[in-house]
Amino acid sequence: MKAKRKFRLSYLYLGLVVLFLYLPIALVAVYSFNAGRLSSVWEGFSLRWYQELFRDKELFEALWNSIVLGVCASCGAAVIGTLGAVGFQRLRWRSKGVVEYISTLPMMTPEIILGMVSMAFFSLIGLPFGMTTLIIGHTAFCIPYVYMLVKARLVGMDKSLVEAARDLGAGELQAFFDVTLPLLAPAIASGMLLSFVMSFDDVIISLFVTGVNVNTLPIKIYTQLRTGVTPEINALCVLMLAVTVAGVGLSALLGRLGGHKKKEETL
Amino acid sequence: MSTPILELHQIEKSFGGTRVLDGICLSAAQGEFITLLGPSGCGKTTTLRIIAGLEDPDAGQVLLEGQDVTAAPPEKRNVNTVFQNYALFPHMTVAANVGYSLKLKKRPREEIAAAVANALALVQLDGYEKRYPSELSGGQRQRVAIARALVGRPKVLLLDEPLGALDLQLRRQMQLELKALQKQLGITFIYITHDQEEALNMSDRIAVMRAGRFEQIGTPAEIYDHPRTSYVARFVGEANVLQGTVAGRDGDVLVLDCAGGCARVQAPKDAPAQGAPVTLAVRSERVEFDRTSDCGLPATVREKRFAGGMLRIELALADGTALVASRHGIDLPIQPGEAVRVWWQPEDAVLVDRDAPGVKEAQA
Amino acid sequence: MSKPKPRQKSSLWLTALPLYIFTLLFVLGPLVYMVVLSFQQRAEVWGVLNEYTLDNYLNILQPVYLNTFLQSFKLALASTGCIILIGYPFGYFMAKLPGKWKGRMMLVLMVPFWTNSLIRLYGWIIIFRANGPLDALAMGLGLTDEPLKLLYTYPAVLVGMVYVLLEFMILAVYSSAEKMDWGLVEAARDLGASPLRAFWTVTFKLTLPGLLSGVILTFIPSMGLFFIADILGGNKIVLVGSLIQDQLMRAHNWPFAAALSVILMAMTSLMIALYKRITHTSELEGIL
Repeated sequence: MKAKRKFRLSYLYLGLVVLFLYLPIALVAVYSFNAGRLSSVWEGFSLRWYQELFRDKELFEALWNSIVLGVCASCGAAVIGTLGAVGFQRLRWRSKGVVEYISTLPMMTPEIILGMVSMAFFSLIGLPFGMTTLIIGHTAFCIPYVYMLVKARLVGMDKSLVEAARDLGAGELQAFFDVTLPLLAPAIASGMLLSFVMSFDDVIISLFVTGVNVNTLPIKIYTQLRTGVTPEINALCVLMLAVTVAGVGLSALLGRLGGHKKKEETL
Repeated sequence: MSTPILELHQIEKSFGGTRVLDGICLSAAQGEFITLLGPSGCGKTTTLRIIAGLEDPDAGQVLLEGQDVTAAPPEKRNVNTVFQNYALFPHMTVAANVGYSLKLKKRPREEIAAAVANALALVQLDGYEKRYPSELSGGQRQRVAIARALVGRPKVLLLDEPLGALDLQLRRQMQLELKALQKQLGITFIYITHDQEEALNMSDRIAVMRAGRFEQIGTPAEIYDHPRTSYVARFVGEANVLQGTVAGRDGDVLVLDCAGGCARVQAPKDAPAQGAPVTLAVRSERVEFDRTSDCGLPATVREKRFAGGMLRIELALADGTALVASRHGIDLPIQPGEAVRVWWQPEDAVLVDRDAPGVKEAQA
Repeated sequence: MSKPKPRQKSSLWLTALPLYIFTLLFVLGPLVYMVVLSFQQRAEVWGVLNEYTLDNYLNILQPVYLNTFLQSFKLALASTGCIILIGYPFGYFMAKLPGKWKGRMMLVLMVPFWTNSLIRLYGWIIIFRANGPLDALAMGLGLTDEPLKLLYTYPAVLVGMVYVLLEFMILAVYSSAEKMDWGLVEAARDLGASPLRAFWTVTFKLTLPGLLSGVILTFIPSMGLFFIADILGGNKIVLVGSLIQDQLMRAHNWPFAAALSVILMAMTSLMIALYKRITHTSELEGIL
């Protein structure tokens, strides 16, 4: 009896915190259907802001930039991070530990510093600010996530699987493609997804390394939030929310696949 | 005699300063079933991995059909391994697992399918092609691993405690099946186990390993009845090992002073001289009781119990040395605390530890 | 016996090269340049001179800047404190949920976690805005007669910080509580420990790595998340992050911004070193 009651209380607590987490998001969504311009006063249901949103070329350009950036950064991070994790496992250089540490630094450094140093460094080496610098900057902070995920999976992977492939006649590269890579795939996929979301969400680094004419969506929203918002942004937020929910669903699916694979592997 | 299919010459291997293999020599003939028997950590698995090419030896040579393959990577050796944990590819079906080596050899698809079906039939897993390893039982995975290793018809099949994870009943059954399979295919098996019964049941020859060396290599009968060292005598079949000195000679039989009594043993060709210290091994089931013989050892019965259909009698000799006697399925009229005399036929005892440990193989 | 020929070694290590080069060029390079920059002299109008000086660091010692550090530190401390108070029980209770619900709760958490933090902060602007929902609620309940005017105040920034960073703590605590063997708690109870004592001696000790990792994951960003202070605090609350941004973007005093960054970096590195010292791991719990 006592235990049951205690559990109810903890459920109530969990519910309240979830409410705290969802309330602001819900409000943004609700006000996107507000007919009025002021987000504090409800003036009736309308889809007006969605219509305006679809007419706003600049916003769509920013959205497109964000998508391109996210895809490039997550793909770059996936390739570099995965190969790095695989290679570092075999590397015997003395500097390996240090480089590994440095490569994971972006994960443990305040973003403002990453933004600042990237901006200073890019202007030092004379890279023109724009998409290129954005991609490099984002890739740098996405790599650690892919690297750590892939490394964890590599460590947990049964080494005799690769040995079995070699034993059955596969060369080193062949064994990598036939055995290692397929088994790493779930980790790489979740690393990429995480990278995309992080890149899509980032304001700070983007603010520093972007060029004059290149806006990402978060930059656009940030500027609007500081200067004055139109409910158009609410509408955009709802669309992005839908994408996020879809992304979470997708990753849940991936996670299930990954869990399934993991189970097989331990057998 | 034709060239041995597999030869190991003076293989040495150390891991981080610890010597794991200390001059291993072995030669296996076509179709032979050789078991490496020893406790865990004696270097069995390392030996196997060196044969497979998964590990480089520090010194020595590996020869396959007379060709030096010491420097060849695993994929270039016509040797396949059944891994201890089976190492089935979890993301491939049974058919893809078994057909993997053939696919690498770029065989036509129909040929692969036929060979896979054939190999699965061999291990009695017909119809399991589409399953994934996670959908199989331990015994079935084991069979898939064997089929995968056999499908390419390797010259030598290496098996690393393949039955270790199976329960006793399944293990007995698989022992018989494996042995039958090996005879049918005529492939040389190098088999690792720490289970002496398994080794005695299946092998043509057994190599007893201890701390990176072969203690003795011989047929199961040789190993069992004529252990060369006290280690082999104890490890294989739990023999009694006694110390004594040569007291005299009675024709073909040596008479020893041993634990406050007299023991007899068949004299070897180069029998030790009178007064020489010797070590004697005698199997527990060969120990006899109570005879008004002129030769025997006084002993006290410590304990008597039945375990798994075996009567086991633990005794203490006059000098305190422990001795075990055993019988299959019958009781003996002996009670704990009783004073008895033990003896054995001279041909049931054997002198051990007569030369330095770490016997090199003496190939006939 | 002849020595075996050395076998051709694995060439897969070559795949580490892109990471090696990328890391050295785009992570180490900028960080090194930051340190160099922090010792350089600022040019009159634009850019830096090739002269080296300690002025930038001495500059930080001015009360106004020291105050900024102090204020940032206090805010980070306060928000981390709130996050622990809210997040730790959440992670703990979540780990005690029945298996199926754990997964569902994780999905529930993922949606806000992955939602753009600006969108989520925007929701708080709506809530805090004069005559917004919060004011309506407060006035409706008769708690106050006039709008609370919470937007652009310290509490608003604090709520924003807690809101944006809370889930890092929850996930970190959850991942270490989830791994815990609850049998140990039962064993402690069985040996005569009271529920509270069992919690303190077993559960808390075993979830400490998660908690500490959560602290790192919330404290470090909260020093630098200038946009939260910007959006919810107006210009009233200046954090180190805002200061760096300001020096970089408006004052164009890069060496000073670099010096500020070096100090901030040193502080966070110290915290991480401390974390490693205590937990003996280099990986942060619950980050992935």
